[in-house]
Amino acid sequence: MQTLTQRLANPTRFMELSARLLPWISAGAVVLLAYGLYLAFFASPADYQQGETVRIMYIHVPCAWLSMMVYALIALSSFGLLVFRHPLADVSAKAAAPLGAAFTFLALLTGSLWGKPMWGTYWVWDARLTSVLILFFLYLGLIALRSALEDESAASKLTAILALVGVTILPIIKFSVDWWNTLHQPSTDFTSTVDPSMRLPLLVMAIAFTLLFFAMHLKAMRNEILRRRVKALRTQAVAGRDRLAAHGAE
Amino acid sequence: MKSFWALLHRDVTLAIREGGAIGTALGFFLVVVSLMPLGLGPDLNLLSRIAAGILWIALLLAALLSLNRIFEADHEDGTLDVLATGPLPLELVTAAKSLAHWVTTGIPLAIMAPVLGILLNLDLAAYPILVATTLVGTPAVSFLGAIGAALTMKTRRGGLLLALIVLPLYVPTLIFGISAVSAGAGPTGLAASFLILAAISLVTIVLGPLAAAAALKVHLQ
Amino acid sequence: MQLIAEDLAIDRGARRVIDGLSFAVKAGEALLLTGANGAGKTTLLRTLAGYIRPFRGRVRLEGGDDELTVAEQAHVVGHTNAVKLSLSVAENAAFWNAYLDSGEDAELRVGTALRHFGLEDLSEFPAAYLSAGQKRRLGLARLLVARRPVWLLDEPTASLDTASSERLVAAVNDHTNSGGLAVIATHLPLALERARTLNLAAQKVPA
Repeated sequence: MQTLTQRLANPTRFMELSARLLPWISAGAVVLLAYGLYLAFFASPADYQQGETVRIMYIHVPCAWLSMMVYALIALSSFGLLVFRHPLADVSAKAAAPLGAAFTFLALLTGSLWGKPMWGTYWVWDARLTSVLILFFLYLGLIALRSALEDESAASKLTAILALVGVTILPIIKFSVDWWNTLHQPSTDFTSTVDPSMRLPLLVMAIAFTLLFFAMHLKAMRNEILRRRVKALRTQAVAGRDRLAAHGAE
Repeated sequence: MKSFWALLHRDVTLAIREGGAIGTALGFFLVVVSLMPLGLGPDLNLLSRIAAGILWIALLLAALLSLNRIFEADHEDGTLDVLATGPLPLELVTAAKSLAHWVTTGIPLAIMAPVLGILLNLDLAAYPILVATTLVGTPAVSFLGAIGAALTMKTRRGGLLLALIVLPLYVPTLIFGISAVSAGAGPTGLAASFLILAAISLVTIVLGPLAAAAALKVHLQ
Repeated sequence: MQLIAEDLAIDRGARRVIDGLSFAVKAGEALLLTGANGAGKTTLLRTLAGYIRPFRGRVRLEGGDDELTVAEQAHVVGHTNAVKLSLSVAENAAFWNAYLDSGEDAELRVGTALRHFGLEDLSEFPAAYLSAGQKRRLGLARLLVARRPVWLLDEPTASLDTASSERLVAAVNDHTNSGGLAVIATHLPLALERARTLNLAAQKVPA
C-alpha cells in the first residue's frame, strides 16, 4: 500500500503544479494565437510572388517546427525513462506521440496545400517534405508499437528504445534524403529569404503553437496519470477480492 | 568467443535445415521483380533506367519477410531465456543472430539480385557494382531489422508492425544503394555513395545489437 | 557457497506477488518451493535467475564467482525445453555444451548427459521425432552438459513418467552431493536426499 503511494508521489506533485500552470499556458496560447492569426491574415502584406497563399506559411512553419521539437521531446523523455526510470518521463513520451503525429500531419497537409498553387500539384518530392513524411512514419511506428503491446511497462520501455533508435537514424535519413534530392532535381531552391514583414507574424505564430502544444501535452499527461491511478485502484480491488476468497476457502 | 561461433553456427544450420525461410525470401524476390514489368510495361529502356531501384526495393521487402523469426522462434521454445544466462552478453547474442540472418538471407538475396537484373535489362557495366552494393548494404538490413524483430517479438500481427517500424529506417540504405548503382557514369559519385553505404552498415552493426539487446532485456522480465 | 534471498518484494504487473521473503540455500542442499497456482513459484525462480528485477531486496550467491551474475552461474529450466526440433538430440546437447561450457571434455559431458536421461539411443534422431516426455528429458540434459553450481528448476517433472522422474531425482542428488545447490518449484513430492520445503502460500502476508 505504502509503496504505491511512494510511486505516485512524484506524479502527485506534478498534478498540483500542472493544475496551477495549465490555465496560464492555455490563456497564453489563445491570446497569442488570436494575435498571430490577426497579423497573418490582416496585418501582413501578400507576397509579390506567392500572393495570398503565403499566409499558409504562418500555419505550416510552426507545425513543421513542432514536428521536430516534439520528436526531440519524446527522445528526451525516452532517455529519462530508460536511464533514470523517471515515471513522468514515460507519461510525457506517451502523451506527446499522438500530438507530434498530428502536428506533423498538419505540416504535410499545409505544405501540400501551399504546393498546389506554387508547383501546380499537391505533392512534390521536395527534400523537406520527404523528410517530414518519413518523420511522420516514425511517429506512426511509435504509436503502433505502443498500442500493440499489452504489458504497459514493457510497452513504455520498448517504445522508448524505438524513439532513441529513431532519433539516432533521423540525421542519417535527413542527410540521405537531401543527397537523393540534389541527385534527381538539382538546384530547385524554394527557400527564398524571409521578408522582414513576415518575421513578426511567424515568430508570434511559432510561440503560440508551441504554447498550444504544451497546453495539450500537459492536459494529456494529466489524463494519462489519472487513467493509471484508476487502473492501479482497479487492480488492487481485484487482488483484494482474490485474497478474501482465498481466506474464505481456508 | 566460442559461444558466439556456436550460436552463429547453430542459427545458420537451422536456417539451412528448415530451408523454408531462405526459399520463400528468394521466391518472393523473384515474383516481385517479375511483377514490375507487368505493371510498368515491357519498355526495356524504362526498365533498364529503374532496374536498380526495383531490385533494391524488392530486396528490402524480401528480407523483411524473414525478419520476424530472428527472435520469435527462440522466444517461443524458451531458448532465449537460456541464451540470456550464458557467458555471452546479450548484445553479442543479438549480434550473432543478426549476422546469421545476414549470412542466410542477405547474402543469398545479394547473389540473386544480378540474376534478376537480366529480367530488367540492367546495364552490364552495373553488374559488379550491384553485387558490391547489395553485399555491403544488406548488413544494415539485417542489423536494423533485428531491432524491429526484437521490439515486436511478443506482439500479435508482429509482421505488419515490423514493416511499419523498420521500413522508414531503411531509407538511407535504399537511397545510397540505388544511387551507387545508378551513379555508374560518374566514378566520384559512385565512390561517395558506396563509402556512405558502407558507413551506414557499420553504424547499424553497432547500433542494432545494442538496441535489440535492450529490447530483449525488457521482454525477458 | 550459499544462495541468499534478502527481504524480497516482487511485483507482477501492479500486483505484489511476494513480500518480505528471505531465505538461504546452502551448498549441498535443495529447496523445494510449493504452493498453489499463483503463489509466485515461477516469479520467485525467475527473480532468483535475474530475469525479474525485484521491487525490493536482492539475490546474491555467497562464495560464488564475484565476476559473474547469479544467472551466469545457474542452470534455469522453465516450462519450455529450449530444444530445437530440426537439430538432432546430440546436436541440441552439443550446442548447449558449446554455448554454456568452456570445459575441455565436451564429448564426454554430452555423452554422459544423454546417457543419464536415457537418450543415448536417440542421439541421431531430430528432436522433432521425440515425445513430450523425451523432449523434457532433453531439456533437462542441459543440466549435465555444462557444470553450474546453482540449479533453478520450474516444475521439472512435468510430462515425465515415474522412471524419468527418478533419473531427475538422481541427477539432483548427485549435484547436491558434489557441492551444488538447487531450488525446485514442484507440486509433486520429490524423493530428494537433503531437501527443505518452502511453502509460498504460507509466506503470504495479508495487506
